[in-house]
Amino acid sequence: MTKRYETVFILTPVLSADQVKETVAKFKKSLKDGGANLTHEEDWGLRKLAYPIQKKSTGFYHLFEYEAPGELIANLELNMKRDEKIMRFLTVSMDKYAIAFAESRKTRKQA
Amino acid sequence: MSENSSDIRYLTPPNIELSKEKYCRFRKNRIKYIDYKDEKFLLQFVNEQGKLLPRRITGTSLKYQRKVSQAVKRARHLALLPYVGDMLK
Repeated sequence: MTKRYETVFILTPVLSADQVKETVAKFKKSLKDGGANLTHEEDWGLRKLAYPIQKKSTGFYHLFEYEAPGELIANLELNMKRDEKIMRFLTVSMDKYAIAFAESRKTRKQA
Repeated sequence: MSENSSDIRYLTPPNIELSKEKYCRFRKNRIKYIDYKDEKFLLQFVNEQGKLLPRRITGTSLKYQRKVSQAVKRARHLALLPYVGDMLK
């Protein structure tokens, strides 16, 4: 039974641009292999953190919105925990209001 | 001079402050989902030190106050909002 999930993760700022792209691509691929289909993806770029994480005060933010079976989340988060380039991640399941909001946000983003 | 000013006993409690009717802004304009990623919106529910404002100040209903507190805590986890701030407003 696939549910909609939303994952936001922060990469350490010391990475070069292509390292950032490569880690993001790695997780996108691991999502696809697990049978998830990525509905929306956002890159907020380098942003200032509200408090220092691991002695760093900025980070690359990325958002993934996808539909996946439940078991996939456990090993996705395991990979994220192991990958030291990722400082912090948060996976949230989306109820119907969240999905409706995400749709409206996408259209607002395009407008 | 100041002590006799405190001797004034009001017969009826002074309800000078206008009692404007507080309402739950989420119920009023049909907001169903509070997005934890949008920190500018969440700043209205947090005081200058970054602490959550109580319902009696913001007037939100219990159902949406729980959603607001969950969204703020998620935003704090993602470093979009500080746990303890000093300049928020």
